[in-house]
Amino acid sequence: MYVAVKGGERAIENAHEWLAEERRGDTGIAELSVAQIREQLSLAVNRVMAEGSLYDADLAALAIKQARGDLIEAIFLIRAYRTTLPRIGHSVPVDTGAMACDRRISATFKDLPGGQVLGPTFDYTHRLLDFRLAAEGLASAAPCAPAAEAPMPRVTGMLGRDGLIQEEHDDGAAPRDMTRAPMEYPAGRDLRLQALTRGDEGFVLGMAYSTQRGYGRNHPFVGELRIGAVPVEMEIPELGFAIEIGEVVLTECETVNQFAGSKTEPPQFTRGYGLVFGQTERKAISMALVDRALRWEELGEDNVGAPAQDEEFVLSHSDNIQATGFLEHIKLPHYVDFQSELELVRKLRREAGAEQMREAAE
Amino acid sequence: MTDYNFAYLDEQTKRMIRRAILKGLAVPGYQVPFASREMPMPYGWGTGGVQVSAAILVPEDRFKVIDQGSDDTTNAVSIRKFFEATAGVATTTHTTEATVIQTRHRIPETALTEGQILVYQVPIPEPLRFLEPREAETRKMHALEEYGLMHVKLYEDIARHGHIATAYAYPVLVQGRYVMDPSPIPKFDNPRLESAAIQLFGAGREQRIYALPPHTRVVSLDFEDHPFEASKADHACGLCGAGDTYLDEVITDDRGSRLFACSDTDYCEARRAAGHAGAMAAPYAETQA
Repeated sequence: MYVAVKGGERAIENAHEWLAEERRGDTGIAELSVAQIREQLSLAVNRVMAEGSLYDADLAALAIKQARGDLIEAIFLIRAYRTTLPRIGHSVPVDTGAMACDRRISATFKDLPGGQVLGPTFDYTHRLLDFRLAAEGLASAAPCAPAAEAPMPRVTGMLGRDGLIQEEHDDGAAPRDMTRAPMEYPAGRDLRLQALTRGDEGFVLGMAYSTQRGYGRNHPFVGELRIGAVPVEMEIPELGFAIEIGEVVLTECETVNQFAGSKTEPPQFTRGYGLVFGQTERKAISMALVDRALRWEELGEDNVGAPAQDEEFVLSHSDNIQATGFLEHIKLPHYVDFQSELELVRKLRREAGAEQMREAAE
Repeated sequence: MTDYNFAYLDEQTKRMIRRAILKGLAVPGYQVPFASREMPMPYGWGTGGVQVSAAILVPEDRFKVIDQGSDDTTNAVSIRKFFEATAGVATTTHTTEATVIQTRHRIPETALTEGQILVYQVPIPEPLRFLEPREAETRKMHALEEYGLMHVKLYEDIARHGHIATAYAYPVLVQGRYVMDPSPIPKFDNPRLESAAIQLFGAGREQRIYALPPHTRVVSLDFEDHPFEASKADHACGLCGAGDTYLDEVITDDRGSRLFACSDTDYCEARRAAGHAGAMAAPYAETQA
């Protein structure tokens, strides 16, 4: 005897409580504080801020704690929170040329004004597990030099003075915002850059990598990668001028791409651009490569049919919150659809069976 | 949850969504782009339907949510609780009492009446998507009424299988103009797309809203020699005995036994309360104990 199942409500409540218990883990082990996550898992925090499109390290750390370390889930929490925030205004464009750099490297010039600054990077570490970290209470202090006084002009600016690199023009139009208007294709570079900077790190990395392996190759050099804090200023209408309201740490990558010229453009270097919240250099470099690949049309290049050249393909699949939601929704009940498929398959099989019988009889 | 506006979304966002809804009603079957917001439930879980409901609910409404025809499936429970918490509206499981019904994958068996609104959750609003993946192209095809590709697909089905091999999300032609995806409802439900109620379709991830005003002409695509057929399991409901409802197939043991029961649980319960009984039903009073 079958009685219609009730109790979805209680099941959900119990599941939530179990989840909370699992999140906490063994209560004999000290609980993580949000500040600990913010300070000691800062690259995870940076990724959540970048893809969550919200610059708030404490909220990102809280989201990571609540999400049990699942960063896409944490990004989702931040996005859902971000939606509820009122939009007061917008900043004036930040000047990354005046960045207080923690790290600044160029792969195209051995030395340059302002110098190469390696900064806190994994680049030349040997990836050997450091078992000393398993023992607690190990604090390390790095040697410290006074902050550099010399300005660090952008590498692409230096190339631009000689006319060797394609110029970027400010058309004066206000950039559009994909979180406030529906996406339409072709989207244009402003929306592309926005989609890429908040896009999934793994997806953007994979797309960038595909260009390096020959699917729309664009010969990139890291002209410059810089990481550091920039002040954020906002025009206050009542004051009539811009005042500093805080600062954000950004990673900026400009690639210099070899370019033999096209039907419309002379031989010169071209650029790809990446700008991401926090110390997120893998993402910023990936973004620059994909940005460059997507610029084939404006530079008069051929579309070789590579995935990374396809704006609609890249942009409509780069958002991990959309992707994970739609992917995981197939866990939801689909009995009704499945039932209709079941009927159809049974019917087709019946008819195919009858057909075979008839053929056998003949 | 007093920290949030009535029905969660702020009034500016609701206004934007209402404009899309009105445009959708003015051009039945046309997919209106809208600036879908990130909701506190995942994309694919009904964010489009939730945003449409949030934009149209008023405090006097009585709200019903179904998923697979049932009020008790987990996601239906979750969405109902969301609006209980954020809008404080009355809720019901009775189709006839509801002013707004949000649904996933079914149209209620009871005919809807004037004044009711049915809100669908839509995963992929574009009926041409699996024939042409590019949005830029499909929008052009709709604009030019270029639906040949769809007819070729249906024809190929018949050539290959002897039938149109689409069992749910069966495409329809709205008011002789737009080909529309009715969301993944079984094709059994398609005839009830012509309704006295307002029908609104929300696709959150895909940022589209579309609509059917009351009594809009909705024709399921077919051929003269292969007319559309609203099919269902060839059984009667084991609980209420109804012979004309869409049925869920429930596996009752590991020896191949099956129970077929109405997928619309409210309809089924109402029939049992009125004394109808199917072959496998316990007396109704017992099930309510």
